[in-house]
Amino acid sequence: MDAAEALLLARAQFGLNIAFHILFPSLTIALAWFLVYFRVRYERSRDPAWLATYKLWIKVFALSFAMGVVSGIVMSFQFGTNWPGFMNKVGNIAGPLLAYEVLTAFFLEATFLGVMLFGMNRVPAWLHILSTVIVAVGTSLSAFWILALNSWMHTPAGHIMVGDVLIAGDWLQVIFNPSFPYRITHMLLASGLTASFVIAGLSAWRLLRAPVDDSAMKTLRAAVLVAAVLAPVQIYVGDLHGLNTLEHQPAKIAAIEAIWETEKGAPLVLFAIPNEKERRNDYAIEIPKGAALILKHDADAELKGLNEFEPDRPPVAPLFFGFRLMVGIGVGMLALAWFGAWRLRRGGPLPRPLLWIFAAFTFSGWIATLAGWIVTEVGRQPWLVTGILRTKDAVGHISGAQLGASLTGYVLTYSLMLLAYFVVITHMAGKGAEQQEALK
Amino acid sequence: MNIDLPLIFAALMGISILAYVVLDGYDLGVGMLMPAATPDEQNLMVASIGPFWDANETWLVLGIGLLLVAFPKAHGVVLGELYLPVAVMLIGLMFRGVAFEFRMKALGWHAELWNWLFWFGSFVASLAQGFMLGRYITGFEPGAGYWLFAFIVGGSVCGGYVLLGATWLVLRTEGELQKKAYAWAKWGLLWVALGVALVSIATPLASSTVYDKWFDFPRTLWLMILPAASLAAGVWVWRSLRPGIADWKPFAGTVAIYVLAFLGLAYSIFPYVVVDRMTIWDAASHDSALEFMLWGAAIVLPCIAGYTVFSYRVFRGKVREALYE
Repeated sequence: MDAAEALLLARAQFGLNIAFHILFPSLTIALAWFLVYFRVRYERSRDPAWLATYKLWIKVFALSFAMGVVSGIVMSFQFGTNWPGFMNKVGNIAGPLLAYEVLTAFFLEATFLGVMLFGMNRVPAWLHILSTVIVAVGTSLSAFWILALNSWMHTPAGHIMVGDVLIAGDWLQVIFNPSFPYRITHMLLASGLTASFVIAGLSAWRLLRAPVDDSAMKTLRAAVLVAAVLAPVQIYVGDLHGLNTLEHQPAKIAAIEAIWETEKGAPLVLFAIPNEKERRNDYAIEIPKGAALILKHDADAELKGLNEFEPDRPPVAPLFFGFRLMVGIGVGMLALAWFGAWRLRRGGPLPRPLLWIFAAFTFSGWIATLAGWIVTEVGRQPWLVTGILRTKDAVGHISGAQLGASLTGYVLTYSLMLLAYFVVITHMAGKGAEQQEALK
Repeated sequence: MNIDLPLIFAALMGISILAYVVLDGYDLGVGMLMPAATPDEQNLMVASIGPFWDANETWLVLGIGLLLVAFPKAHGVVLGELYLPVAVMLIGLMFRGVAFEFRMKALGWHAELWNWLFWFGSFVASLAQGFMLGRYITGFEPGAGYWLFAFIVGGSVCGGYVLLGATWLVLRTEGELQKKAYAWAKWGLLWVALGVALVSIATPLASSTVYDKWFDFPRTLWLMILPAASLAAGVWVWRSLRPGIADWKPFAGTVAIYVLAFLGLAYSIFPYVVVDRMTIWDAASHDSALEFMLWGAAIVLPCIAGYTVFSYRVFRGKVREALYE
């Protein structure tokens, strides 16, 4: 087997695992804060509808968190097994950031999760609320550390070269590297939107099954309002993140916008089939000077094309389509959240078609988050750490047979887990609705 | 600063792995005992480990994380050699972990399937861990004999976890289930005794490095304290496995056996991190990275210990109901 094939298998395996993993943190980071809100609302109102909400979502959280934990453990092994070159070269920087994530976040969330899930009748109310808050802090802290490392891989800073390995010169610069503030904000907001739409979607599903359900209605209202606030903020932050990327990783932007040659007043390509062979866009629909206007805020500004970066540039198609998918879903979320918020303000029950649309959008955040991560990670290629380490130089010596066998095992395991997850989540939401029916 | 950072991190890594083995050991052991219990008992057994399993498994992440970040060169070698058993263990742990939730929330034959996967995941993960230990202490030597040895260690670790799980149940349950747990613990202890005896005889034969460390008179006489103490702890556990004796004693005695076995193992291997190939100093990260992590560990580990104790206090006592109503 040749090296290219091993590289491909190692990437496929790691990519599959990390894509499966990110689904669950992207939900639980923000869901944990929703739980804090539900818990406090119940404590202050003693309204059984809030308790029902809390009890349903704590179960969704437990299930999602378990999925995240077990796939995260796989990742902690694969960093070393699939990319030994990564640890050899930049382990002195990546290692401590990962270690801090385990020490400050993983134990915290795992331990207080037990108290939050099973301790409601064993500890005083304030301590139970505090445990819920600590779980939320833990999940956010975990995002902080892992995004510090990921951002550093995109825009490395604060390091010193000693021989052929890197060590940290200034840890604050390493952590707060140039893309970190944008990336962490973008990801936390993405989590907020993902959780909002999961909550709104499953609540809408409950209302479709049992139209008079105080708990589902309250939950839906809270989620839609949060989404209505977060969606525009996310679009604004996403734009800032894009400008930051233009400054530090211009090749990624050129691929996203499918700009093959450097030009002044580059158009915004709305749709096209990027043609890697001929280096042009087929069937392009463009807005003249659009890209220059959005990225440089000047219709005649010059944008660097992919030609400037050859051969160290990412492939165009995954970035081009991934970006459009992410932005498309984002705009859809904004429209739906605002319409829903407006409709909720008018009062009265929501029309069934609107509930169906919310139900259809339940996992829209996952698709947008995955698309966004594909854009940013594939956009860093051929680098693993921009300008420092190439992906192909980090791959290990695991044989193709071993990679293939374990990849098959992971694919089967993840498929079964994901299937069971969907079945159980929809079943739990349905059961909530049935209980409401029975109460009447 | 003139402190031996690799040595400190080797100790931290060892403690994390020991903590993992004892803590996740009891919940994997409980998982392996599931088929021997009635459905109601199964619910109580899962309830006894439900609040803890997640934090228990985090010790594995810390142990492996420390190997990765403090000894990256060894991490590449060790996990490269153990690639497939690691994958098997991870898949086992995944099924076991999500089965906690699924077995309670699924319906009909789905719930049965997850119950079975809970047991199967616990068993596969335990067997794979023991197998890896067997491969690790023999320095990943090729040959059928070494593989057989690794499987024997795998079986012994399963027995060891069953013992931990059964004594945990003695501590956390009452009535019929507790009676069963006493019987399970006795089987587990016999199994462990056989496993430890086999491994103790086979390890020096399989590895000349280990042989030289243990059979060097007169040091050997001093070293015999370890097996003697293990034997005493085993007898103590056996004698406390009956009603009327304080129900924490069997578990405490079992933990003592684990600590002693761990010390013996650590003595056998030190100062290697990959047996016969790489010492902890060969494999260590740059001091700047280790120092930065040491600060974090020194501040955070006591906090972790503190809130772990808190959580065990919250959930102390006998389990009397299933996790979710």
